[in-house]
Amino acid sequence: MDWSYVSDHWSQIMERAWQHTILAGVPLVLGLLIALPLGWLAARVRWLKPPLLGGSGLLYTIPSLALFVLMPVVLGTSIIARVNVIVAMTIYTLALLVRTVADALEAVPNAATQAATAMGYAPARRFLAVDLPLATPVIASGLRVAAVSNVSIVSVASLIGVSNLGIYLTSGYDRQYWTEIWVGLVSCILLAIVFDVIIQVVTRLLTPWQKACVA
Amino acid sequence: MKRTLMALAAVVTLTVTGCGGGDDNPLQSGTGGGAGGGSASSGAGGGSAPAGAIKVGAADFPESQLLAQLYAGALKAKGVNASATDPIGAREAYLTALKDGSIQVMPEYTGSLLTYLDKSATAKDPDQVYAALKTKLPANQVVLDKSAAEDKNSMVVSKKTADKYQLKSIADLAKHQNDITVAAPPEFKGREQGLVGLKSAYGFTPKSFRPLKSSAVVQALKNGQADAANIFSTDPAIAENNFVVLDDPKKLFGSDNIVPLVAKANESQVSAALNAVQAKLTTQNLSEMLKQVTVDKKDPDKVAEDFLKQQGLA
Amino acid sequence: MINQIWTWLTDGANWSGDDGITHRLVQHLWYSGLSLLIAGVIALPLGTWIAHSGRASWLVTAANSLRAVPSLGLLFAASMLLSSKFTGDTDLPYLVPSIIVLTILAIPPLLAGAYSGVREVDPAARDAARGMGMTGGEVLRQVELPNALPLIFSGLRSATLQVIATATIAAYIGLGGLGAFLRDGIALNEYDAAAGASVLVAVLALAADLLLGVVQRLVVSPGLRTTRTRTRRNRRADATPAAAALGPTNARS
Repeated sequence: MDWSYVSDHWSQIMERAWQHTILAGVPLVLGLLIALPLGWLAARVRWLKPPLLGGSGLLYTIPSLALFVLMPVVLGTSIIARVNVIVAMTIYTLALLVRTVADALEAVPNAATQAATAMGYAPARRFLAVDLPLATPVIASGLRVAAVSNVSIVSVASLIGVSNLGIYLTSGYDRQYWTEIWVGLVSCILLAIVFDVIIQVVTRLLTPWQKACVA
Repeated sequence: MKRTLMALAAVVTLTVTGCGGGDDNPLQSGTGGGAGGGSASSGAGGGSAPAGAIKVGAADFPESQLLAQLYAGALKAKGVNASATDPIGAREAYLTALKDGSIQVMPEYTGSLLTYLDKSATAKDPDQVYAALKTKLPANQVVLDKSAAEDKNSMVVSKKTADKYQLKSIADLAKHQNDITVAAPPEFKGREQGLVGLKSAYGFTPKSFRPLKSSAVVQALKNGQADAANIFSTDPAIAENNFVVLDDPKKLFGSDNIVPLVAKANESQVSAALNAVQAKLTTQNLSEMLKQVTVDKKDPDKVAEDFLKQQGLA
Repeated sequence: MINQIWTWLTDGANWSGDDGITHRLVQHLWYSGLSLLIAGVIALPLGTWIAHSGRASWLVTAANSLRAVPSLGLLFAASMLLSSKFTGDTDLPYLVPSIIVLTILAIPPLLAGAYSGVREVDPAARDAARGMGMTGGEVLRQVELPNALPLIFSGLRSATLQVIATATIAAYIGLGGLGAFLRDGIALNEYDAAAGASVLVAVLALAADLLLGVVQRLVVSPGLRTTRTRTRRNRRADATPAAAALGPTNARS
């Protein structure tokens, strides 16, 4: 391990870490925003549940490399465009989160929703003010799984010319250079931890009634 | 009400923490040209970058990354806003990137590119190959000057294998084809300068084929997982491991001089700077630079910078 | 594009030979099955023991944090570390690192499944078993394990999905299997092969999941199959690290 590599390449590591963050983080937000209404539909409309959950589970079985490579064909984008990876990662996030959101909303205690209805909450307000906050811890745990998964999968995009921390892995392998492999591994792990901590902190802020039970 | 606000805050906070600074729009491809016209399927009228931004592509092996840095560095020294991309992949992938406007310049090899564009090409001599290549290029692409530096595909065997079968040339290898496993990058299987050509020129079909990424090819030959391998002639691993480069009497791997492939729209912008690099490159100094990258583990951009300074190009 | 994929998949010539679909499919199954078997032999007894004895539960958390390691990096590192240890014309330099990495990836979900499955057995059932005079081993075999099966299966199903998917990128360190079509298809711009192989990987993953679902129905007591256990699990999902990690599915590549 050549430690001076890290200080010599600090700005490059930061730049790639930022690109990695975009490629993993934007899909996380987009995926969550799309999964919320879909998960709500699956929890609400009984006959929609199997196709929604089955369909999203199906998306998750497509190999990541294939999805990255086929995106330009489907979207008509340039083959090294970041948008290919962002769309592909959004699909994976969505595939993970639809089921989580549906499960989380279904697990909201009936007593709470009935009480809200009795207090005159309209359905939309009840969803935002009661269902969603109570479902937040479970959704957040799904989001954490998706975040860690995204950070790992994004590094595969380095095989198809999209810049991110995974470039250290491919370059290290091509030159049999351990220092680069270590830089790639450790920076990816640290980024995954940063994502995880942010999600936990936000969850805690959003659910003040929960005391120290986010593992 | 308080909870409604909090739920909204959840979305907002997540968006902010996820996206960070607002001015870097992640949905942009990061290149100028790709967004506009040509889809990946239409070659004609393919995109080109607005004057100014030049992206130099790189293939998925170290020498290509080194050359990309040399070109980008020389352009920068001439005041052109240029940068080298991260490795895109094999020829099939980076040529698509050139066509769709994601890159404007690509370090290429005359013979390999010619046989890729024209499978029936017969030219072998460097000047003939270069002349033939010019006639086969798509209308919106040009090649600049070829350099004296050459890096050919070659069939290489270990010293042990060479002694065991008394191998001098690829023709000798063909005689033992039932015992020979070949290691090479995956694209070798479908290329004219690969298994396809080896079969038509030498009647050589190996017992089996191991598709591997660049340095793994060398490892396979070294450790005996393969008896022969496709390694570039500039690769320092050949000397380091006492590998034997087999003669190529049928000139399947012809001539392969380094040449910049450029989008026509950007030719005037880049030709002077790149031709100056081409004039200084030799097989010798290219191998030395490559050794610094793969053996001494120096960064391609640093090695390129040193070379350009030393040659008075930066 | 659908047409091209279909043509590729239905062309008999693509199915035969050493790099034909049949052989690649069998390889893919073999790599996945072997990794899952090794991971199962390690993780299931370990998870059960941790939950039953209440000792070393940090191991579950530690295994879970393995998910943050990018699989591609793990594959490259394992390949660089191990492949030079083998000499001669053998597939071992590619097979051994790949199987080790796939096994490492399969362990966290399996371990979490066994651990949380045994942990979350209704305490009343456990107490009743003790009250009936069962020994620790009997409680484990006759009460805890059967009751843990639903979560063990959900761990097994996520591990299976993850292993089948990740085995495709192991092609980049020289492994065969369906990933070879992706690697070669991408290198040669043969999108029909790359896309066709992805369809096969997806179908394989689905088929494996369906099969495990059927097995689960056959071996899990009907008493555990009701929505009651599910809701209860979900409600507590945030409270236990293992259950949170089991989530819907898992990190993969």
